[in-house]
Amino acid sequence: MTVTFKVNGTPKTVDVADDTPLLWILRDHLELKGTKFGCGVGQCGACTVHINGVATRSCQRKASTLANADIKTIEGLSPDGEHPLQRAWEELDVPQCGYCQAGQLMSASALLAKTPKPTDADIDIAMNGNICRCTTYLRIRAAIHRASQMAGAGA
Amino acid sequence: MTTSLNPSRLNRRNFFKVSSIVGGGIMFAAYIDTLDAATAWAAEPAGEFAPNAFIKIFPDGVVQIVAKNPEIGQGVKNMLPMIIADELDVEWKSVKVEQGLFDMRNFQAQGAGGSTATPTNWMPMRQVGAAARAMLVTAAANTWKVPETECSTSAGVVIHTSGKKLKYSELCAAAATVTAPDLKTVKLKDPKDFKIIGTSQHGVDNHLIVTGKPLYGIDMVLPGMLYACFHKCPVFGGKVVSANVDEIKAMPGIKHAFVVDGLTPVVLNSLLSGVAIVGDSWWQVQTARKKLNVTWDEGPTATQSSAGFEAKSVELSKQPAQRSLRKDGDFDATMKSAAKTAEGAYFYPFISHAPLEPQNTTAQFKDGKLEIWSPTQQPQSGSRQVAAALGMQESDLTIHISRSGGGFGRRLSNDYMIEAAYIATKIPQPVKLLWTREDDIQHDFYRPAGWHYFSGGVDAAGKLVAWRDHFVSFGEGNNFVASANLSQTEFPAGFVPNLSLDVSVMPLGVPTGAMRAPGSNGIAFAIQSFIDELALAAGKDPVQFRLDLLANAQPAPAPVAPPAGAPGAGGRGGGGGPRFDAARARSVVEAVAEKSGWGKTKLPKGTGMGVAFHFSHQGYFAEVVQATVAKDGALKVDKVWVVGDIGSQIINPIHAENQCQGAALDGIAAALGQEITIENGRTKNTNFNTFPLLRIKQSCPVEVSFVKSAGDPTGLGEPALPPVIPALCNAIFAATGKRIRSMPLSKHDLSWT
Repeated sequence: MTVTFKVNGTPKTVDVADDTPLLWILRDHLELKGTKFGCGVGQCGACTVHINGVATRSCQRKASTLANADIKTIEGLSPDGEHPLQRAWEELDVPQCGYCQAGQLMSASALLAKTPKPTDADIDIAMNGNICRCTTYLRIRAAIHRASQMAGAGA
Repeated sequence: MTTSLNPSRLNRRNFFKVSSIVGGGIMFAAYIDTLDAATAWAAEPAGEFAPNAFIKIFPDGVVQIVAKNPEIGQGVKNMLPMIIADELDVEWKSVKVEQGLFDMRNFQAQGAGGSTATPTNWMPMRQVGAAARAMLVTAAANTWKVPETECSTSAGVVIHTSGKKLKYSELCAAAATVTAPDLKTVKLKDPKDFKIIGTSQHGVDNHLIVTGKPLYGIDMVLPGMLYACFHKCPVFGGKVVSANVDEIKAMPGIKHAFVVDGLTPVVLNSLLSGVAIVGDSWWQVQTARKKLNVTWDEGPTATQSSAGFEAKSVELSKQPAQRSLRKDGDFDATMKSAAKTAEGAYFYPFISHAPLEPQNTTAQFKDGKLEIWSPTQQPQSGSRQVAAALGMQESDLTIHISRSGGGFGRRLSNDYMIEAAYIATKIPQPVKLLWTREDDIQHDFYRPAGWHYFSGGVDAAGKLVAWRDHFVSFGEGNNFVASANLSQTEFPAGFVPNLSLDVSVMPLGVPTGAMRAPGSNGIAFAIQSFIDELALAAGKDPVQFRLDLLANAQPAPAPVAPPAGAPGAGGRGGGGGPRFDAARARSVVEAVAEKSGWGKTKLPKGTGMGVAFHFSHQGYFAEVVQATVAKDGALKVDKVWVVGDIGSQIINPIHAENQCQGAALDGIAAALGQEITIENGRTKNTNFNTFPLLRIKQSCPVEVSFVKSAGDPTGLGEPALPPVIPALCNAIFAATGKRIRSMPLSKHDLSWT
């Protein structure tokens, strides 16, 4: 099937089998490698993107459901890598292997968009679907608070 | 668990070279010798350089330093270049780090395993940096026609006592003609002058990571590249009898489908039998795979199961042990006269590594040469194994080390690299092999399960006087399967006068391998938990009991000759042995008691603290866990205190803290709910829904501190993990009175009244 949607503000059209997950459309058809494959069953969150502003596991969204969707990936989180979360992630040196962090950032940015001053409990709820195998959770939590502070200061 | 670079070998024959780079820069290459390669070196034409070198200095002032080892999240891509940069005396901000190609002639050992990168490279990397600095000083002195003793360096500049200055980048041409110093005698910095070592330097790839740039093995793309999957028998070592490959080939996007015979006899960590499917996109390949219909010859492992292993272990535990590993004093007689005795049967299950980036490798075969891009922890054995499995020469292979999305020991096995290499040689296009998560969980080299049947006794003064461990493990005869061994020096050996370490083994067809703190990650749970049982029997505080035990070093017994073919303790150095320093162990136990407020905090019922320590990978770690168990049995880990002693330097403190926090939480993850179950010779678990990893809600504060001691620094990827599991179990006992003797905790009812 042919399907057209927007990725990071740019219209894209792909011709794929209708059950092709968005994850593989992004990675292998559009060459956007930032969105990661971890489990393929919506358990780990490494493939998290925003669809119409909602944090979504891209491995679970088939091509057939994507017509006119507005998709944002890690490559589009900010024009210059300067989203408060990206800055906070670097400032607090969050990553170990780093593989899950794109998904973490996309879940965290959806959280901050809705809840600019999240509590630890808010973070637990929003981030519990994102696995970090290196278990950098303490820094992920701290970096979300830090980004919230930066965004607040900048506003 | 990995080939290590023995520093003593470095001095045999090594040298340092310098040359100009086209365009005006300078390159420093250290040829660090190996015994094996000694003759190859001599044949190297003078003045000819391999494409890799440790240091390149460019006219614009950029200093490029190679990180030679694979980065798997342990921070080695910062750590090794930081050591070079400090001795070179440049500013870290002027350094550009580049991942080294697999090239043993330039870089020698390039593995990520055994927490060996720090101890084996500390001195060589310092020497590399210092030698380059010395040559730049000579070059400046020659230019100015002044004695070298009147020259110093700072931040990439040579400074004369007169105030004259020359930047390193201005000295490129002059330095290229300087005779290289002997690495062995080159002058090193006084540690008090370190400017980079001991400072926190953030991950060099952080910006690429947070902006989603291609970086990992899975992100590799080659022009015209196809995608592959490799479908193996669910039973380990099973073989394809027949498969509907013609039907598969006709499916959309599929370019190739073929049966792979695999090696005969079966080699579990090499090329196994299976079906390769190659196509235009990975999704099409996976879609075709669902239509695959294979008749398997499942082979002998099909009769094995976790339940069968458990039954066999119980049977073996009731029989005399098959062999003795160590016998000090008279255990049986001492038990009869002991004031108090205890017994405990401990078990830990198979678990999977599950690094988050599924196994993958990209390979291209052209004109008899094979080029490979792989997230591997051990390119050296990968190269050897690919060549052996494919009947190729290693000189026809090029291996690019990709950043790994986690390792944990899984990528010490290069099975996926061999599969990709084989597939690439059978098709005209370059190919990326990518496993599913199910492939990964079901075809791992698991942390082996193990059973410890302990008994022990204390005397009237509460001193541990008798200890026996009947260790039931996997292997045949005198051999253990990979990572399933017990060291003759495992603590408390050497600290109990009457001690017997006995072993019985059963055969295993399930692949096993090193997993973060191999051996230690299970053994420490069993031993440090049973020590708690004996502390209770002795009526002693668990911290004091351990300190007393560590103060009770026994005269060294006559060495027990290891049985023929028995592997030793491996690189991990777990437990005791000649390298074990009881004073360092005591110091971390004392420090963690102090940090955690041990014995000083009144805790409510249902909340408890537990302590444990372990020595592995040359690192001493003591940890205290505070845990709360609700009446209904719900467990919450409140906090972990970690104190480590890894020598004189914490090279990169911000990464050191991250590694220790990660190791502690990784251990908690394993303890909470991880177990691989084998049924009919195959793994029953499939994905993260049946093999749970830790989630943010389950994480708890982990406070990390270090005790500094004399001696060069040692590694940190692993040794902080083992003590956390027994510390947690001991905390659960303190909270509930329930003694945990088997993993995982999800199988225990922790409720109390």
